[in-house]
Amino acid sequence: MPTKAVPRKQAAPAAAKAEAPLPFDARKLRPSHTFPEDIIAEIQRMADEGLYYIRGFGAKRKLPTFDDLVFLGASATRYPLEGYRERCATNVVLGDRFAKKPIELKTPITIAGMSFGALGSHAKEALGRAATAMGTTTTTGDGGMTQEERQSSKTLVYQVLPSRYGMNPDDLRKADAIEVVIGQGAKPGGGGMLLGQKITERVAKMRTLPVGIDQRSASRHPDWTGMDDLEIKINELREITDWEKPIYVKIGASRPQYDVPMCVKAGADVIVLDGMQGGTAATQDVFIEHVGIPTLPALKLAVEALKSMDMHRKVQLIVSGGIRTGADVAKAIAMGADAVSIGMGALIALGCNKPVHEEDYEALGTRPGFCHHCQTGRCPVGITTQRPELEARLDPERGARLVRNYLTALTLELQTVARANGKSHVLHLEPEDMAALTIEAAAMAGVPLAGTNWVPGRV
Amino acid sequence: MAVDLDTTSVRALNESLHRITPSSNERHWRIVNPRGKHAIAAGLTQPIDVEIDGHVGYYCAGMNQNARITVRGQAGKGLGENIMSGEIRVTGNVSECAGASGHGGLIVIEGDAAGRCGISMKGVDIVVKGSVGHMSAFMAQAGRLVVCGDADHSLGDSIYEAALYVRGSVGSLGADCVEKDMDATEIEALGQLLKDAGVDASAREFRRYGSARKLYNFHIDHADAY
Ligand code: SF4
Repeated sequence: MPTKAVPRKQAAPAAAKAEAPLPFDARKLRPSHTFPEDIIAEIQRMADEGLYYIRGFGAKRKLPTFDDLVFLGASATRYPLEGYRERCATNVVLGDRFAKKPIELKTPITIAGMSFGALGSHAKEALGRAATAMGTTTTTGDGGMTQEERQSSKTLVYQVLPSRYGMNPDDLRKADAIEVVIGQGAKPGGGGMLLGQKITERVAKMRTLPVGIDQRSASRHPDWTGMDDLEIKINELREITDWEKPIYVKIGASRPQYDVPMCVKAGADVIVLDGMQGGTAATQDVFIEHVGIPTLPALKLAVEALKSMDMHRKVQLIVSGGIRTGADVAKAIAMGADAVSIGMGALIALGCNKPVHEEDYEALGTRPGFCHHCQTGRCPVGITTQRPELEARLDPERGARLVRNYLTALTLELQTVARANGKSHVLHLEPEDMAALTIEAAAMAGVPLAGTNWVPGRV
Repeated sequence: MAVDLDTTSVRALNESLHRITPSSNERHWRIVNPRGKHAIAAGLTQPIDVEIDGHVGYYCAGMNQNARITVRGQAGKGLGENIMSGEIRVTGNVSECAGASGHGGLIVIEGDAAGRCGISMKGVDIVVKGSVGHMSAFMAQAGRLVVCGDADHSLGDSIYEAALYVRGSVGSLGADCVEKDMDATEIEALGQLLKDAGVDASAREFRRYGSARKLYNFHIDHADAY
């Protein structure tokens, strides 16, 4: 403790005349951390409407992401591969556990399930064509399979959802794989939602619902409860399709350490794990932002569970939720995923949040870069809409080109990173190739903090 | 054709049934010793007759199209789930979720059905000679559920456009489910359905229930109905 008294600051000499206080001094505005402007606006919206906020897109809050990890690359102790000369393979086989006809992806980047209804037919077609050109898969969604998407997608995954809207055994047999959806990352524990403004006649007919009603899908499957039932259900789906097709089970990221072993036991060929950053066309904001865990820790827990059962790479793991770049893909694979799935990224490639038709964004009360208004059915760029005049803004052929280019760039980035780490196949990437930049990411991803060999939580 | 499930696997049976084409001669199948096995005769597509002597497990006749399937015994969970067309008849009782999300066709249950009978139904007709358990016709979208006995609590919860007919008592109606009038056309149509199902009952003795349509679009003042 200092013993000497510190001399007090001298008061200003009385001669210096105090200036009159400014009538308004912006520096004195003190925002509340607890009640910032957006919270004030939300409280007042709730007071006006008495309802939760339903919106599209995905989690907007700051979450730990793959950006908090880096690859170490090769140096004196690891050899890199020649960037443009040596082969770095990207093919991945999905569903060879029980299915007679597994799926071979040329690139481990698939297109996530998005419904016709949430998306317009042009967007669905563009995604299907792009996936076909890239040798990867696309996925149906709540509401069943459209002829357009079956035709445009060479390899199509057919979702079996709690709502069973449009569920049809003919489509099941036409599919290349079947995905039993238990949940999605944006809302683990919540069913699909499509507001009345998007339930056009065609959408209503596919779902056997009246036109214009707010459609809230069930959150539990109608004919099974619990994982012992699911095992029997999966068996039924295999029986109906003569054991040909891989069966995926999709879960939202909540408790992957328990859910993944259950899915393995139930007989899944492939597990699709969707982190809380996963997109949605319409969900309560409170659900999007506050239920579920981020992709990073979910992936680690899932891989640990698979390894503990000696099922890693035997039951394949597809991870989704916030995958944007080739680096994200590489990091997900290095952490143990077999493939990734992309929803929002593909829509953004199609033009979501692009600064065009700005007046239409404004009419929705938003701006390019901030839009999350898929629930309105008035997508300014013609993706999440059923309105012909808006859909006309998205030419399926041009859209397919954009998504194809995006997937190509992602694959090239993935290979670049893999070669830099000396891998001749992207699946050879491993956690040892990475370091974490934050303590949080180190703990969540199970990767040592850069400059240390410390993985918080590991003894 | 006779198939003994003591010596043939369900998988082999189903594969044979799936191979049947419109010109196949094998139009009548008899299956013995089912012993509660699952997914028997699931995914059929052709208008053939299948008789199963004994009890079946889960998802018997799942996603049926065109076939006429008779179970002489009891049936487990999810009988005829997502049936598209054809007819399924069970002489005994059935477990939960019979006809779940069925899109078309007819299911006749000569005994009782457990809870959630006709859950998410989308056009199927289900006729139950006995009673049905709780939460039957939950979120039922289209089609008809006819109960000659009683219905347990929460009948037709969150119902859409399906029609429910009950001859006996109803434990309680679920959210947004109300009693509706039976006019002459209704009575005639129900009479025809009972006849098709081979059930001897007078359509006049039934009460009809359906959606009040109050929950179709979210309204703040109905929040406590959920
Ligand atoms: S631009 Fe369209 S797809 Fe993107 S967030 Fe807005 S409404 Fe949704």
